[in-house]
Amino acid sequence: MQPRPIGLKILDVVTIIVLAISAYLALFFAPTEKVMGEVQRVFYFHIGTAWVGLLGFVIAAIAGIAYLVSKNMLWDRFEVAAVEVSTVFFFITIVLGSIWARPAWNTWWTWDPRLTTAAITELIYIAYFMLRQGIEEPEKRARFGAVYTLLGGISAPITFMVIRLFRTIHPVVIGSANGTQEKMSMSGDMKIAFFFALFAFTVIFVDMIWHRLRLSALEEKVESLKLNASM
Amino acid sequence: MNKSTPSLWKATFAIVRKDLAAEFRSFELVSAMLVFSLLVIIIFNFALELDIKVREAANAGILWTTFAFAGTLGLNRSMSVEKDRGCMDGLLLAPVDRSAIYFGKALSNLAFMFIVEAIVIPMYSMLYNVNLFRIDLLVVILLGSIGYAAVGTLLAAMSVQTRMREVLLPILLFPVAIPVLLAAVKCSSGLLAGDPFSDILTPFNLLLVYDIIFIAIAFMTFDFVVEE
Repeated sequence: MQPRPIGLKILDVVTIIVLAISAYLALFFAPTEKVMGEVQRVFYFHIGTAWVGLLGFVIAAIAGIAYLVSKNMLWDRFEVAAVEVSTVFFFITIVLGSIWARPAWNTWWTWDPRLTTAAITELIYIAYFMLRQGIEEPEKRARFGAVYTLLGGISAPITFMVIRLFRTIHPVVIGSANGTQEKMSMSGDMKIAFFFALFAFTVIFVDMIWHRLRLSALEEKVESLKLNASM
Repeated sequence: MNKSTPSLWKATFAIVRKDLAAEFRSFELVSAMLVFSLLVIIIFNFALELDIKVREAANAGILWTTFAFAGTLGLNRSMSVEKDRGCMDGLLLAPVDRSAIYFGKALSNLAFMFIVEAIVIPMYSMLYNVNLFRIDLLVVILLGSIGYAAVGTLLAAMSVQTRMREVLLPILLFPVAIPVLLAAVKCSSGLLAGDPFSDILTPFNLLLVYDIIFIAIAFMTFDFVVEE
């Protein structure tokens, strides 16, 4: 096995540092929210993970298109890496949201549009893994995967639009709130914690994608070695 | 285009004709979908205890769930017969544009859905004493079915080629088809509640947008799904 490249080693260290700083900012530095209290601190990581979760799905759809156009397996690896990392992050977003919702809405889960969209998006990407698992040939797996990420990447935003027609109670931070929503406003220190969390999770995301790409390369190597051994 | 290759429309309708002819000889697919739909409606009747009050709110949802489930049955079957009997290879070898195969299969799937809907709708109207024969509602059902069949045909072509085959189709299809089902339910329930058309314009437009986008994507990607 090749050793980790120096760039990745540095990135690993940076990742740990920014995560620690972001946790400090979210837990201690940011002021306690007036209405919701301490539980509101979960919000910084909720947004951070949601951001990279959605970013990964967009990247996966783009990588899917790139694969279909170029037929270069590198894009397929990139797509798998993005979907896999994002699915985990998006799951964390939902869990963190639930933790916040218990005291704020007095329930772990409601069929609020935003929550429903999140659940559906997560299900699309779980279906993606089931699809890939059912196909033996790597080339066909890559093709089908690319088509499905493309469908998912377009369906998810439309679901979001459709579902906005129903009433939502999820707070809005960026953009304008409609009648039933509350608008959250942040103080200066909150904004620092907020933007730093976005930055920190982007760094973590890049780091994990890099690791996952290396893992894919190793997987392919093992597969070809097995093939050679059996011949 | 030279003389030996038929035009896209000709090839598409040849495939539709083949599917319909095969179906009208056996009525396998449509009868299975139909019996299944009725069973779903009956199960809903017991599960939700459809008294008049519940029913008014639930009609649209029950109808669309029934169509979606029955549709999956049809989509799976119409693709797996192609695969099992090696017909897909024959179709792929034919000197026609691949998109003709997609449109042909999608149209025949849609036709099967329509046949089932044409029987389920009057039956539902009769059983639950609600008038579903309204031109605006029928347009919504038409648009919803188009969107569902458009994505469903593409995904069925994918799922029959995997190890899990039929099991995989609903798992792949439902999350992706949720926008079309949601918009269709929203439109239908609005119409059944007697809202003016202007109130349901937004979900109606989304239904149209979904149809157009997904027909375009399926059309563009079908080549990648069937290529060997």
